[in-house]
Amino acid sequence: MTQLALIIDLNVCVGCHACVTSCKEWNTSGGAGYLSDDNPYERDPTGCFLNRVQTFEVGEFPNTQTVHFPKSCLHCEDPPCVPVCPTGASYKRAEDGIVLVDYDKCIGCKYCAWACPYGVREVDEHQKVMKKCTLCVDRIYDPKLPEAERKPACVMACPTNARLFGDIHDPESVVSKAIRENGGYQLMPEWGSKPANHYLPRRTTEMRLRADELERVDNPLKIDGLLPKPALKEPALDDVTTW
Amino acid sequence: MHPAFSVIFLTTLIGAGQGLFLALYAAEVGAFLDALPPQAAHGFFAIGSTLAVVFLGAGLFASFFHLGRPERAWRTVAMWRTSWLSREVIVLPAFMGLVAAYGAAHYFGLGDTLLVGAIAMLACVALFVCTGMIYACIKFLQEWATPLTVINFILLGCASGFTFAAAFAAATGSALTGEFAGWAVTFTVAAFLTRAASLIRNQRLKPKSTLQTAVGIKHPRIVQKAQGFMGGSFNTREFFHGASPALVRAVKWGFLVLVFPLPAVLLAAGAYFQSTPVLIVAFVVQYLGLMLERWFFFAQANHPQNLYYQAVS
Repeated sequence: MTQLALIIDLNVCVGCHACVTSCKEWNTSGGAGYLSDDNPYERDPTGCFLNRVQTFEVGEFPNTQTVHFPKSCLHCEDPPCVPVCPTGASYKRAEDGIVLVDYDKCIGCKYCAWACPYGVREVDEHQKVMKKCTLCVDRIYDPKLPEAERKPACVMACPTNARLFGDIHDPESVVSKAIRENGGYQLMPEWGSKPANHYLPRRTTEMRLRADELERVDNPLKIDGLLPKPALKEPALDDVTTW
Repeated sequence: MHPAFSVIFLTTLIGAGQGLFLALYAAEVGAFLDALPPQAAHGFFAIGSTLAVVFLGAGLFASFFHLGRPERAWRTVAMWRTSWLSREVIVLPAFMGLVAAYGAAHYFGLGDTLLVGAIAMLACVALFVCTGMIYACIKFLQEWATPLTVINFILLGCASGFTFAAAFAAATGSALTGEFAGWAVTFTVAAFLTRAASLIRNQRLKPKSTLQTAVGIKHPRIVQKAQGFMGGSFNTREFFHGASPALVRAVKWGFLVLVFPLPAVLLAAGAYFQSTPVLIVAFVVQYLGLMLERWFFFAQANHPQNLYYQAVS
């Protein structure tokens, strides 16, 4: 069974909010209708967003780390928001595990938002229905898009590749490997909701070069050091020097 | 949580309506068992059932203001297998219909009122359980996730319903004023014990979710520096009550006085002097107190999502 998810690499995220704006741009322009804003250029701007980037400071000065923390629907494998919905508007798709809201059935009772410990559901104050991340379900299966662009808008926008998208139930997928090899974890595991989205923790950055990678491939005799270095005034590039 | 007045009115009004019906049915069963004097079918049971239906209908009406799309409310009957809210939406109109049938059976002298009343009583208990479980079933709202939530809804609803029944009995000249007032005091005292138990329990709660589990970083000191936006959002409006700690404390002591000791004294005085106005005041005071109690019930619930919204920037 497929479970699509986002993997968010906190080691790489720079907190640029490109995923937020890209998400808003894509999802406010789609067939499901706009994501409404109020007072966008005035005193108390407010609006409906499906993705946010927050910033936390970890540690005590001077040993602090600034952690940028993107937060959107985690598409839980056991989503607490789904069984509480009285109309069945909130549902989890069997075929790919995406948690969705049917905007035509939602009555805007907000009970699902109460039942989500992560606070990732937001009421659209004008359409009066609950909105949440759809994993860009209208992008990822669109045959009109080039294969490489069939990814959520946030993933496409991330300049540092901090967001990976794929099937976490396929052990050979990029996202499963990322979780396995980089200590991927879930948020608030204490509630048993089993979020599909995982986060990759901060990691110590190391040089990952092996000694043999430092040697010239076209130097089988390993006699680099034996050749005379060019004089200072001579050209020093490989293809113009004599050796 | 942000207390919504629609839900405060819904839960307090239907609680009073349910309690009032239980008082009426208790009077009939008591008369059947020769323990209580029989009551008039028209003047007592029919009018009383009508008043109970009015309470329930007013609560149902208030609940619509909680919905963004009230015109789709009929869809809520769909998910009764999983959702307590759906179950409540089914049971509430069913119970209203049964109370109306109970009153009509008395009014038209159709007989079988004990049977209709018994079915309505089952629906009444089911409605109490559904209403309470809507809140108690959300396990991470730890202040609500306790059987005490359901017990409090039952006992507080019975207390206000029986208080109203005492005033109603006095107004209609029924001989049951003293009985109803006595039961109302009993329910009020019992509700005080269980509500106080839940207050003590909630004061000792240790939140299971912390900023460490919320962002998954195991460092004792994490401080939020930005929540991602400068203005408000649904997350900052729906899950924070926004009242000062002093006001929350005042509401708590307010309801502790208005729901329990004051109505108990007024009930005793009203029953002793057979005074309808005093008993009406007892009901009104207790009802206002119950609104404060429900406001506090919501305000006290601390949603774990608030961990993500501790600092604007």
